[in-house]
Amino acid sequence: MADVIKTATRDAYGKALVELGKKNDKVIVFDADLAAATKTGMFKKEFPERFIDCGIAEGNMMGVAAGMSTAGYTVFASSFAMFAAGRAFEQVRNTIGYPHLNVKIGATHAGISVGEDGASHQCCEDIALMRTIPGMTIINPADDVEARLAVFAAAEMKGPVYMRFGRLAVPRVFDENYKFEIGKGVYLKEGKDVTLIATGLLVERALQAAEILKGDGIDAAVINMATIKPIDRDIIIDAAENTGAIVTAEEHNIIGGLGSAVTEVICETKPVPVLRVGVEDTFGKSGPALELLEIFGLNAANICAKAKAAIALK
Amino acid sequence: MDATLKKQLLLDAVKIRKGVIEGTFNAKSGHPGGSLSIAEILAYLYRAEMNIEPENPAKEDRDRFVLSKGHAAPALYAALANRGFFPAEDIKTLRKSDSYLQGHPNMNHVPGVDMSTGSLGQGISAAAGMALASKFGGDTFRVYSVLGDGEIEEGQVWEAAMFAAAKKLDNLCVVVDNNNLQIDGTVEEVNSPYPIPEKFAAFGWNVIEIDGNDIEQIEAAFTSARKVKGKPTAIIAKTIKGKGVSYMENQVGWHGSAPNAEQYEIAMKELDAVQAELEG
Repeated sequence: MADVIKTATRDAYGKALVELGKKNDKVIVFDADLAAATKTGMFKKEFPERFIDCGIAEGNMMGVAAGMSTAGYTVFASSFAMFAAGRAFEQVRNTIGYPHLNVKIGATHAGISVGEDGASHQCCEDIALMRTIPGMTIINPADDVEARLAVFAAAEMKGPVYMRFGRLAVPRVFDENYKFEIGKGVYLKEGKDVTLIATGLLVERALQAAEILKGDGIDAAVINMATIKPIDRDIIIDAAENTGAIVTAEEHNIIGGLGSAVTEVICETKPVPVLRVGVEDTFGKSGPALELLEIFGLNAANICAKAKAAIALK
Repeated sequence: MDATLKKQLLLDAVKIRKGVIEGTFNAKSGHPGGSLSIAEILAYLYRAEMNIEPENPAKEDRDRFVLSKGHAAPALYAALANRGFFPAEDIKTLRKSDSYLQGHPNMNHVPGVDMSTGSLGQGISAAAGMALASKFGGDTFRVYSVLGDGEIEEGQVWEAAMFAAAKKLDNLCVVVDNNNLQIDGTVEEVNSPYPIPEKFAAFGWNVIEIDGNDIEQIEAAFTSARKVKGKPTAIIAKTIKGKGVSYMENQVGWHGSAPNAEQYEIAMKELDAVQAELEG
């Protein structure tokens, strides 16, 4: 595994912004005093005149981004997920979401893989919050390749987008031929016994789980669900019909995130057992990111256990 | 001020007030008090101050207006209708389920509304964003915003105030409608934002204090604000909540309740009399 490239999706975000900035001079990047951490600092270095530091005032930043977008600019507003989705929720809801403005929220440091900073900064509620805003698009890329493409896709579309990036360097899942489309889930592996639907850094772990399950004689399909909203209903229904059991996996509270989105579709269309891997309605804590992912069960072993349990419920 | 313009502006203000009463009466709800207090300010902005074309509400270099105190939507709608952005008759549909005139302004449905507002403290940030956009595009337009004096209790207002001064947004001019009343009482009783001019000055703003129901003082303030370079301007406008309708003036109860049929008749009779005098 030594040759696997590991990159944090926040790094891909910063690089993609620079690429985008070169192509489109209407791209403006905002940050709230976290440019070094969110990686918007790369854009700042390249295009200082198009980088606005709003200071530690996320609510205002969202409003300013909204106002600026009305004059034809594509504004990327960046902060940690905790503050972008949490602190500024109502500004995002009322001043970006309600008027459906062309603001792209780049939220980094999502989930417990923030690590040592601990629970105050480990946002496992952001997808739930953003998902309830009508018209909001939510993308949670699995690796740096997908993160880059997600930034470009977000810039292409009109309307608000919430992009969720991580702090932790994660193994690359996709190669250069990967095509990303907003709203489309992608089969990474076909299977007939159970479908693992994963998002973010859990995608690579779901692939690991599928390998382990193979050893136990279980043929698991794996779907990468980068877009949480609008959720790809067709692929979820297809998974239910093909395998009759689903496990979702995400670095987010099991309430309100991918697990909820999948369950909602399944309950209304093709009811089959769905078990959820995620942070089980608890706060995070300090510790090295990789250790925390084990402690909170965000790993292949737990996905395998849930897969077997889901199959048993068929 | 030119006498013809003054008469026109006073007439505009009374028409805005009539629109406020018409709208809230028909809706059986809404916020007449803080709408009536800003009639002269909106009259001046939409007749004399802002570069706008009612027949071309989305023109790129138009001056922008953000009603940060979005609950004064009846006044904004009346001001826009009075300038021909949409038919004045539509004011009667305010807050109805089939109307485009929402209880608080929606930029996507109302010609002339530049930002959706209603949640207090947020409009000023959007206004600052527009002012920043103007600077990026060669300073082609100015941005105006009206805030309530209760609204400035919101912390976001001061985030925005810090931002606008730090970014030297001298194309941004906000008006604080200092009518001294908010839902739970006088602003001093509830959570005093006073002294307001000192606060904005401390945040690095150019500050002008006026009687916000005096059309000549309004003109002087906006004219002076245009000349200030390097900092945004806050006009602290002392106003009378419910101004122009005798029984509503300075009555906190009229913040968020609509006149009944009898009260409607009295209000319209008073406003008609003012209009007749101006037109006479």
